[in-house]
Amino acid sequence: MSEPILEIKGLNKSFGPVHVLHDVDFSVRAGEVTALVGDNGAGKSTLVKCIAGIHPSDSGTVTFQGEQTHIRGPRDAADLGIEVVYQDLALADNLDIVQNMFLGRERGSKWLLDEASMEKAARETLASLSVRTVKSVRTLVSALSGGQRQTVAIAKSVLWDSKVVLLDEPTAALGVAQTRQVLDLVRRLAEQGLGVVLISHNMADVFEVADRIDVLYLGRLVTEVHTKDVTHNQVVELITAGRSGDLGLARPEAVVL
Amino acid sequence: MSDEKEPVMTETSSPAAPRETKEAADARIASAAIADFGIDTTSMSTREAVGDYFSRLKAGQLGSLPALLGLLVLVILFASLSDSFFTLYNIANLLSQGAGQTIIAMGIVFVLLLGEIDLSAGTASGVCGAVMALHFVRNGNLLGSLGSGVFIAFLVILVLAVLLSAYLRIWVGAALSTVAIVIVLTGGAANAWLEMLLAVCVGTAIGCLTGFLVSKIGMPSFVVTLALFLVWQGVILQFIGQGGTLGIRTSPVLNDVANGNLSTVMSWLLFVIGAGGFGAVVLGRHFSRLKRGLVTQPTPIVLFKVGAVALIGAVATYLMTVNRAPNNNIMLSGVPYVVPIVLALLTLGTYVLNRTQYGRHIYAVGGNQEAARRAGINVSKIRASVFVICSSVAAIGAIVYSSKVGSVDPQAGGLNTLLFAVGAAVIGGTSLFGGKGRVFDAVIGGLVLAVVSNGLGLLQQSAATVNIITGLVLLLAATVDALSRRRAAAAPR
Repeated sequence: MSEPILEIKGLNKSFGPVHVLHDVDFSVRAGEVTALVGDNGAGKSTLVKCIAGIHPSDSGTVTFQGEQTHIRGPRDAADLGIEVVYQDLALADNLDIVQNMFLGRERGSKWLLDEASMEKAARETLASLSVRTVKSVRTLVSALSGGQRQTVAIAKSVLWDSKVVLLDEPTAALGVAQTRQVLDLVRRLAEQGLGVVLISHNMADVFEVADRIDVLYLGRLVTEVHTKDVTHNQVVELITAGRSGDLGLARPEAVVL
Repeated sequence: MSDEKEPVMTETSSPAAPRETKEAADARIASAAIADFGIDTTSMSTREAVGDYFSRLKAGQLGSLPALLGLLVLVILFASLSDSFFTLYNIANLLSQGAGQTIIAMGIVFVLLLGEIDLSAGTASGVCGAVMALHFVRNGNLLGSLGSGVFIAFLVILVLAVLLSAYLRIWVGAALSTVAIVIVLTGGAANAWLEMLLAVCVGTAIGCLTGFLVSKIGMPSFVVTLALFLVWQGVILQFIGQGGTLGIRTSPVLNDVANGNLSTVMSWLLFVIGAGGFGAVVLGRHFSRLKRGLVTQPTPIVLFKVGAVALIGAVATYLMTVNRAPNNNIMLSGVPYVVPIVLALLTLGTYVLNRTQYGRHIYAVGGNQEAARRAGINVSKIRASVFVICSSVAAIGAIVYSSKVGSVDPQAGGLNTLLFAVGAAVIGGTSLFGGKGRVFDAVIGGLVLAVVSNGLGLLQQSAATVNIITGLVLLLAATVDALSRRRAAAAPR
């Protein structure tokens, strides 16, 4: 298998007395979809936010494209080429698609924005993702459906020549057809050579698009499996109990105290 | 001015969107991959564009149309009721009467865009007017006129404003506040230009204080500015003294700001610069988009728009250069100075909001603060900066209304100055919930309010009637806005 593009070793994170992440080792490979699953409160979103630089991690190393680096804030992550699609999308309703996609990183000079160039680039990015449902990139986000908003949020993250895209529950609020669109989009990102991390509670989605499944259980990364090697039930067991057969945490009787 | 922000292209709710895919293969569109975006790649014909405009009106996207229509109705109404309303003399007078509150409203639009409110803008402008008048009347000797205690307190506040704006990294604010300190300390002789600069700089300093309290301390802007509203009212009273009045009519420059007129030559020069500039910007953008293969409004419509603005400008300029004196003994002609002042502020404000990164970030913070934060925008700086803009612009408003009245008294900027300014912005179509609004809205709304108070004044109605009617106009504007919003929400996507 290819070398991981992003590798995290021994990540720890506490919020006050609450130890949320214990020695998490996590890696993302280019051209693959890695699903990150776990029960509520397992630490999935916290892990994503540590990678995105929103939460500083207490310890652990981050290696990006073979080089050790430090992510101190959202800007550092973005500069490396790590983009995050948040659960709540973070789009401004009163701005149009182009303005949202370039928000905070507008083209042109500070005193005269280059609207034409941004409009073209936004359209080309959406086209490269085979998005067909948007009639105009000058549509206000408030006029878009949930699925279209999700698409814009994802397109925003690939606009920046990004190398790793983390998607936090991108299909949670979507209908059947819209979920379909987003899953297709996730697959296409991986085919374009990006490292994709998908957080989801929906096992059907995970099994459909993911190459690997990483399971978080109470802040520990219990196992990483290839999707084709496991069944639905095994993954559900891993999520709820932290182990399934030989996979996951060691059985209590086998633990040497 | 360039308030039309690509309205025809922001296709949001027209159900009958034209999608002529055969035209998408047009030679202007280089890449075949982008043919999916029907509206972005297919030019509309003139007829389609006009039809599209009406279908969007039906869908509830009214823009400033209700305010413009309301303005028209009011003008016709008052013209039919009063012989003296629709005279050149009165129209010119009306413009300068409404200019002060219109300018304050232009600044308040920036604050409203973030969903904040600045209740102190009126009395803050009064402080600026009082300082300006004091400097003029006392020939620059602020120390003598304020007394050492008040003078030192005033200086401390200015120094605080410099420090806080430096802390907020709003360097313009720090620089202008420093200028205010320099002017106050040097105490040079009375000079109208120096006094106007001082007024604006004091406004900036006041805005830095408000901005710091709202964005860094994190108090709701309603509470902060309600408190400051009272504070500044007290400060004006302290500066001028109970029952005092500072006359500024003796200064030709200060008097002319709202009462003077451009010469005939300068009036036409203003027309050439204004209409020419508008045409150059609109046509330049239109043709550069065409050249880059982007869809634009049909060329005839753009040409029509530019032509209409030029024609209206030419007619207005001509009428304003005709002698409009009510009696034959004097000569009164030329475009009032307040027109270029308002136009310049309108152009500057529209440019900042629509063309610069800063303006884009204001809209973003107003629309979704969290999204803006995650996009790396310095939200607290943006929030502080709009209060600086608001107070600075309000100071310009103070210069204009003080000039119109010819004096500054302890009531300056008090009473309902602020409420009229907020009303003007809302009548024009600015939302109180943030994210929606333009500087142009304030100008339209300001004109509506000016017409109402001027027209009712000519009909010799009592203050009671004027207040009631003005309130009803505001209510009507808000109703139209709410109904059109409901309609827009129900429109098909």
